[in-house]
Amino acid sequence: MSKDHEDAPMTIGGSPDRVDGVPKVTGTALYVDDLEAPGAWHGATLRSDVPRGRFVSLTRAADFDWSDVVVVTADDIAGQNVVALIEDDQPSLVPVGGMICHREEALALVAAPTRAAARAALAHLTVVVDALPAVTTLDAALRADVAVHNDDNVLKRLEIHRNDDDIDEILARCAHVIEGTYETGAQEQMYIEPQGILAEWRGETCRVTGSLQCPYYVHKALVMLLGLPDDQVVVTQAVTGGGFGGKEEYPSMIAGHAALLARAAGRPIKLIYDRAEDIAATTKRHPARVHHRLGLDADGQLVAADIDVLLDGGAYVTLSPVVLSRAILHAAGPYRIPHVRIVGRALATNTPPHGAFRGFGAPQTTFAYERQMQKASRALGIDAFELRRKNLLRSGDSTATGQVLTDSVGSDAVLDTLSAALERAAPPAAARLGSLHSPVRRGRGLAFCFHGSGFTGSGEQRLAGRVTVACLPSGDFEIRSSSTDIGQGMLTIFSQIASQALGVPAARIVLSEPSTERVPDSGPTVASRTCMIVGRLVERACLALAEQLRAHAAANRLDATDLATVAAHRVAHAGPLAETCEHESPPGVEWSDETYTGAAYPVFGWAACLVDVAVDEDTREVVVERCIHAVDVGRAIHRRIVEGQIEGGTLQALGWALWEAVPYDDGRVLNPSMTDCIIPTSADAPELETLLVEMPFAHGPHGAKGVGEIPMDGPAAAVAGAIEDALGVACDVVPLLPEVLDVLLVDQPPQETLA
Amino acid sequence: MKLRFRLNDEDKELDVEPFRRLLDVLREDLHLTGSKEGCGEGECGACTVLIDGAPVNSCLVPVAQLDGHDIRTIEGLARQGTDGEVLLDEVQQALVSFGGTQCGICTPGIALCASAALTREPNADRARLRELLAGNLCRCTGYQLIIDALVDAASTRRGNSKR
Repeated sequence: MSKDHEDAPMTIGGSPDRVDGVPKVTGTALYVDDLEAPGAWHGATLRSDVPRGRFVSLTRAADFDWSDVVVVTADDIAGQNVVALIEDDQPSLVPVGGMICHREEALALVAAPTRAAARAALAHLTVVVDALPAVTTLDAALRADVAVHNDDNVLKRLEIHRNDDDIDEILARCAHVIEGTYETGAQEQMYIEPQGILAEWRGETCRVTGSLQCPYYVHKALVMLLGLPDDQVVVTQAVTGGGFGGKEEYPSMIAGHAALLARAAGRPIKLIYDRAEDIAATTKRHPARVHHRLGLDADGQLVAADIDVLLDGGAYVTLSPVVLSRAILHAAGPYRIPHVRIVGRALATNTPPHGAFRGFGAPQTTFAYERQMQKASRALGIDAFELRRKNLLRSGDSTATGQVLTDSVGSDAVLDTLSAALERAAPPAAARLGSLHSPVRRGRGLAFCFHGSGFTGSGEQRLAGRVTVACLPSGDFEIRSSSTDIGQGMLTIFSQIASQALGVPAARIVLSEPSTERVPDSGPTVASRTCMIVGRLVERACLALAEQLRAHAAANRLDATDLATVAAHRVAHAGPLAETCEHESPPGVEWSDETYTGAAYPVFGWAACLVDVAVDEDTREVVVERCIHAVDVGRAIHRRIVEGQIEGGTLQALGWALWEAVPYDDGRVLNPSMTDCIIPTSADAPELETLLVEMPFAHGPHGAKGVGEIPMDGPAAAVAGAIEDALGVACDVVPLLPEVLDVLLVDQPPQETLA
Repeated sequence: MKLRFRLNDEDKELDVEPFRRLLDVLREDLHLTGSKEGCGEGECGACTVLIDGAPVNSCLVPVAQLDGHDIRTIEGLARQGTDGEVLLDEVQQALVSFGGTQCGICTPGIALCASAALTREPNADRARLRELLAGNLCRCTGYQLIIDALVDAASTRRGNSKR
């Protein structure tokens, strides 16, 4: 265990204790529901409970005591009745007379002194709805007999074309064509802390604090909803109990509701969802169907790929266009393919909108292309590693959008690292293995993938994220950024970067509370961008500050090796000093939104995952006996934090592959509880073998690039490939629950379906 | 009803509704917010407290059952040193050092459950630790660094840390 000396700057690449570790292990870290709010009432949300219809009326029961209850409807909205995001098409509250587009639409809000009283009041509101025919499946959305968005139910269509004018003939001439359809279900983020917001008004200023990833997203939404100028809305992140994308956009909805209630009640409002409401109403990973045709020559060289991607976007546009974008930009995989056609569509259905979840569209298309590669490997009789090595993108190669890769290309390195690890002994098998009955079949699956770090295309230029680092009178340095620590370790990593750049000990670094009244907009905490993009801004601001302080030291004959003392002197004698840096994209990063060509991402992470499974032939229970994940992270600023990111993401992916189902019936989630909507326990999880590969990225801090999402992409395909290897049936859906495998084994006699 | 019990090494007397959840009484009446509600149905373990040394989901316990018992919450797991400094339990220290806490919402429950488990089974191996922790869900870590931490904590308690 490397422990930094207290007087020395924090090291890069070691594993110093997390700066938020002690408050978290002693229970003193304050999450939103832990915050004291004297006089606060509790809010609750009245939802529609029909998938589609017209909201006819809302009435209060005459025999209920409404004296200690506040009721809010769309009529109480001072600004625009939207939850601002990309298209501003989602209402905060459906007005009477308005259209209801899914079962969890908010129709009215109540607040009362206790949660129980608020729930009791909800039960005394009566809603009348004229139900209309609804679209609740991808197939129904495609048929468009009922149109719920435009006349074709298409929320967004995006395409990628690379030398594809005659792709059908090219495919017809290929020695081998692998064709498959891959379906992946919704997945619940299942952060252990449910969503919640505390809102209060001080005069004409609305202040909200909550469990959220992106303070400025919430700020933008509240400004629009409340009709207030920017400086009369203050949004602050409380310690947040996990996000994984789930607290990217939905907190804007909850914050708006809490703010409306707080205004009406004239007192603070806590609006904390219970688990059932959180699962039913908030966003999930987009269900997807990917049809994939892959053409290879006789030697196993990839020639052409024709890919059709469908995402179920749910009832409103929300984030679906950008999820679809990332889905198609990853759909051809990390391979050299001369001819590519990709058509992606996000479809509207009358289900609650699907949204951000770690991976953001890439896991769905990665599952498809790696299942295709596994089938190709088997069909051509080429070893799994060899087929990847034959086709993978190397430095100088270009992706499907024509992006030429030059910097930090870890494709060979992750495969080499993984195959070297296979020579070593497996760790002791997890405890669950003993529960398997004989006969048992075993199989192995490999997945190889890449993941773009940062916003897509020109997104980072448009965002122009900013960070300020200020000298405090005490000689401490305050980092002001809107990045949030949602468990991924931002507080510690920014401290390390700043401590190194300034040459001061950790105790000299202070992280400002992420509140819109204190920090500039550094962009959202999403897209594997926090360390790479915002961390680089922290580093640049610190280096610029150090430069100024060294000049001050020289002019005043101070010891320039102790910048904390210099900073205190500078502030005392010459006034405040701070540096603000704004994002600058590396030269040559050109992207066209019109043609979908060019540099889709600043850089890619690379990963290879190998999974060994044992399958009980009688019960179809699957046990992951070994899982090795080699990931190119550029540079690990903090080794254990990076390992923790990879292992957490890997287990979420194994969960998606094997256990985590969110079934819907007519637009309603059927399992809105932790008992029924399961995630892996410590006894389900295998020992995870994590291999860090470090191919430094020139424009990341100390060479770091994104790591948050890539571990989510590959493991599901590795698991499906391993089960296919074990059982001899094509596993083209997830999750592969025992009952799903049972149906597959009945429907597809082993071996026959495999090419 | 009137209840008497020990809470974090202090005698407590409370007059409360007998069917209120222990979790609510801890959080609302006693302002001990280290115990968290993740699911409200005994599935996630974020509300774990120790009753007479055994881990229990406080969201499932009517407070009436506490009478005469000894309760320890996360606020009472670390000890005060002679100079008033906080002396973390070996499990807490290992969770910090090994990266076994990320978002931290499950950590109080995990720390209490693991501390009790290692008291009962000081020689538990990795596979056994996975079984003992199976009632406490963590969505961040994949459990790997938590198990690493607990192996180290067990070793520290036996007088032999790798830290």
